[in-house]
Amino acid sequence: MSIIRGRAWKYGDDVNTDVIFPGKYTYTVTDPKEMAKVAMEDLDPRFAREVQPGDVVVGGKNFGCGSSREQAAFCLKYAGVGAVIAKSFSRLYFRNCINAGLPAIQCPEAVEAIQDGQSVEVDLKAGLVRVGSKSFSFPPLPPEVIGIFEAGGLIPFTRKRLGLE
Amino acid sequence: MGKTFAEKVLGRKAGKEVVAGEIVEVTPDVAMSHDNTAAIAKTFYSIGVEKVYNPDMHVVILDHCVPAANEKFALNHKEVREFVARQGITHFYDIHRGICHQVLPEEGFALPGELIVGSDSHSTTYGAFGAFATGIGRSEMAVIFATGKIWLRVPETMRIVVTGDLPEGISAKDVMLHIIGKLTADGALYKAVEFTGPTIRQMSIASRMVLTNMAVEMGAKIGYVEPDDKTLAWLEGRARRPFEVVTSDPDALIEEEHVFDVSNLEPMVACPHTVDNVKPVREVKGVKVHQVFFGSCTNGRLEDFAEVVKVLRGRRIHPSTRMIVIPASQQVLKEALAAGYIAALVEAGAVIVNPGCGPCMGNHEGILAPGEVTLSTSNRNFKGRFGCKEAEIYLASPRTAAATALTGTITDFREVV
Repeated sequence: MSIIRGRAWKYGDDVNTDVIFPGKYTYTVTDPKEMAKVAMEDLDPRFAREVQPGDVVVGGKNFGCGSSREQAAFCLKYAGVGAVIAKSFSRLYFRNCINAGLPAIQCPEAVEAIQDGQSVEVDLKAGLVRVGSKSFSFPPLPPEVIGIFEAGGLIPFTRKRLGLE
Repeated sequence: MGKTFAEKVLGRKAGKEVVAGEIVEVTPDVAMSHDNTAAIAKTFYSIGVEKVYNPDMHVVILDHCVPAANEKFALNHKEVREFVARQGITHFYDIHRGICHQVLPEEGFALPGELIVGSDSHSTTYGAFGAFATGIGRSEMAVIFATGKIWLRVPETMRIVVTGDLPEGISAKDVMLHIIGKLTADGALYKAVEFTGPTIRQMSIASRMVLTNMAVEMGAKIGYVEPDDKTLAWLEGRARRPFEVVTSDPDALIEEEHVFDVSNLEPMVACPHTVDNVKPVREVKGVKVHQVFFGSCTNGRLEDFAEVVKVLRGRRIHPSTRMIVIPASQQVLKEALAAGYIAALVEAGAVIVNPGCGPCMGNHEGILAPGEVTLSTSNRNFKGRFGCKEAEIYLASPRTAAATALTGTITDFREVV
């Protein structure tokens, strides 16, 4: 699906992996449904209860800093999040998003324009974030990794590559 | 134009000349995973591959919740043991050995010029030995188990030059907190950070590990210290195989350079809830602390024990403060026992815990209660890090931790010696 539509959940700078998916759950919460239930637990207790499919998480700079914990990307995907838009991403979080098949969009101008709770549309093919009457373009993924994302994540990509699909 | 360390190592692995910004597919020399190996194994099998690509490439070290805190953790460990046995992974260290970032170098796997990936963000630590070492996610590690390969972007290089003689008792941790405070939590985003300068050359290997360990806290992809005689002496008798020292050419492109003169540096502390919220200890002194945690992959080594014992030997920690001590490895524990450090800390009223990550990830061995404050020698003070989001975490050096345990409040160690 190249068009994502939903409400924005807007947060600040340096949102870290621990507040997205607490460390204490790293070895105890592994089921996708359970992971979705604890998403953002230490940042915003409303999030997991109220998030709707297609909703967009919006962060400031250095989104996802901290741990290599990829559950911090997967829990948002399992919670139905359509995309994460940020001013910048930590490198590990950005990789984990690609590997989870969750669009991680770096677009500082869109972040500035988006208000919490506002409707946002992301057009992945066109490389545009639409907010109200405005639209903001974002750079495409590097060609070397676009295949991973398009396959739905690193695991399906690898299965395809190894001829196991 | 010459090549940077990062360009050389990734170029050699990719089998071609590369420049910063390129994406390459490479096979690491070493791939480390820890308690998360059970989850990685499940993902690995979900790919549809039965046998690991190269069992010899992998090092598996149990450390994140050792011994197991409950049945779930025990089952996790059991699955790791079954996986390594089934796959013939011989470089396996069970719950007795210590924290991965300490054990992997101790066992001679952290070698100059090699490419090391670990499914843990603090894998940057191995750059203290001149390795290109970075953290990766679980799925990526599962794919390395299956295919031996990973994609990596060749990072741009930032140089951090540290000059000046450190004042008495001021440590690598104070230096690193100072640098992160100045450059901020995304100041080195995606960068290969090379630590250099006379102060770094004077530092011990253990101190250099503090810098590369925390490089990721300012967003770096790798931290690196150019190997010197100290590095080679440390590796003597430890290195698993011959290695080649790789360094940046003098005319390589260094994108940014920052110079820090530390000759007047004071004890520093990172305040809740971000690592870059750094202040001199004097600005927060007097804050009541319920628990001091001395340990972790940042500061749980023998030289850290020496610092702590300098303050606490023959004294008692404050009755309203508890102190948790976790050596970084069994090797460190043995040396600390031989040096009399453990006895001194027990006499002082500290609680000694099995080598491992302890409370740092919020699993066990020193979880905080709501409203409690801890001062820790670890590397992260994120909300919830010690298992409770209504607790506060300060980060500081071992000597500051010892002084704080002594008085029960955040203390400048120079006031208690």
